[in-house]
Amino acid sequence: MRLQFDQQLRQLKAEMLDMGGMCQMAIQQIVESILNGDASRVKNIHEMMNEISQQERSIENICLKLLMQQQPVARDLRTISAALKMVTDMERIGIQACEIAEIIAKGNIRNIEAKVDFKELADEITKMVGMTIESFECKDIDLAHEVIAYDDVVDNLFCAIREELIEKIKNGGSDAEYFVDMLMIDKYFERIGDHAVNIAKWVCFSITGEIKIV
Amino acid sequence: MDSIMDIRNLNLWYGDHKVLHDISVSLPKNQITALIGPSGCGKSTFLKTLNRMNDLVEGVKITGDVLYNGEDIYDPKLDVTWLRKHIGMVFQKPNPFPMSIYDNIAYGPRVHGITSKVKLDAIVEKSLKDAAIWTEVKDRLNKPALGLSGGQQQRICIARALAVEPDILLMDESTSALDPISTSKIEELALELKKKYTVIMVTHNMQQAVRISDYCAFFLLGDLIEFNKTEDMFSMPKDKRTEDYITGRSG
Repeated sequence: MRLQFDQQLRQLKAEMLDMGGMCQMAIQQIVESILNGDASRVKNIHEMMNEISQQERSIENICLKLLMQQQPVARDLRTISAALKMVTDMERIGIQACEIAEIIAKGNIRNIEAKVDFKELADEITKMVGMTIESFECKDIDLAHEVIAYDDVVDNLFCAIREELIEKIKNGGSDAEYFVDMLMIDKYFERIGDHAVNIAKWVCFSITGEIKIV
Repeated sequence: MDSIMDIRNLNLWYGDHKVLHDISVSLPKNQITALIGPSGCGKSTFLKTLNRMNDLVEGVKITGDVLYNGEDIYDPKLDVTWLRKHIGMVFQKPNPFPMSIYDNIAYGPRVHGITSKVKLDAIVEKSLKDAAIWTEVKDRLNKPALGLSGGQQQRICIARALAVEPDILLMDESTSALDPISTSKIEELALELKKKYTVIMVTHNMQQAVRISDYCAFFLLGDLIEFNKTEDMFSMPKDKRTEDYITGRSG
């Protein structure tokens, strides 16, 4: 029954996973760039951002077509409406990654390791986004809840780096622009975590029908 | 939820064939309840038990209670004409009588003893207004009802049912033979009618059930599988069989 519709839903899922993969790759590139102090790794980030935006439009079109053609209800309606919301958060993840890449591209990132330790935060964000995509792929509500709880880990790391930067600025560090840029990167990572949490909440909604988006 | 009909352990047989299995449900007053389910699931049979239309079927056997405002409608002492005055029915295909629009509407009140022209005029106007067709027919009340379009004929049938001031209107796939515009008019009419009446409708159109009903009952093979608020049933059904049916994956 409804073979064509089921095929279209599988296609929607595949497109969503592609978009998730693009976001993961963008994050991976900025993380490697930061940890290695290598700005050349983010030079194609704008192209990636364009691809992510195009993918968002493409998925929105699929969803609208399915709503019109299939008039979905129950789990089908939840799947499609959740997809429409999730792509917005995925696109925002792409935008935050792009913002970080722009700071890196300014060349201010070299020797960052010696000044601010982003490794733990970057690793946690990479892990969190990976878990989010897996929770969507496997419809794993426990994993989605784990992502939501993970927000505290990321928030704590964000706060720790922020405190560290405030101390450095207070102590009269000579490179004020650098510290402000680092604070921005810190904040962008934290926002990526928030978008991952939103996606995880939509995964929960698509499974349970309950939504707790703040 | 203030109920107008309470059905308890209702079973129905046509000869040896059991069609309804132990149905218990309370139908809410001044709400639209949609009865959904695949063909042959018993939803139309259930609807017909609510004003004893099944009495006319040979070999029918009914057990259990069907209470209308607390009164057992299968009590042998109950006057069936009285019951059908309070619980009216509109069928799948429009079936106006082969007489004028006016006489179609005045038919029921005349049967119930109203002869005053002034009273009948007022009833005809009110019923046609309630059925949202007054402006379309007020200048041709003496023309044959059969000369109207299908959608208009169906609203005439609704007006005819309303003319005897029922509490409940049973609608058996009343829009399935109509075009989308006429369907839309009947749906809007049903939403308007629930302010004064209780509407219980059988529909095969899932989107129609979502659009206009407040509560929904899903029947399958003579069992009432789920009764729930429509919004809840179509967003988070409790039973997998309901989910499979409303998403088009059963069968």
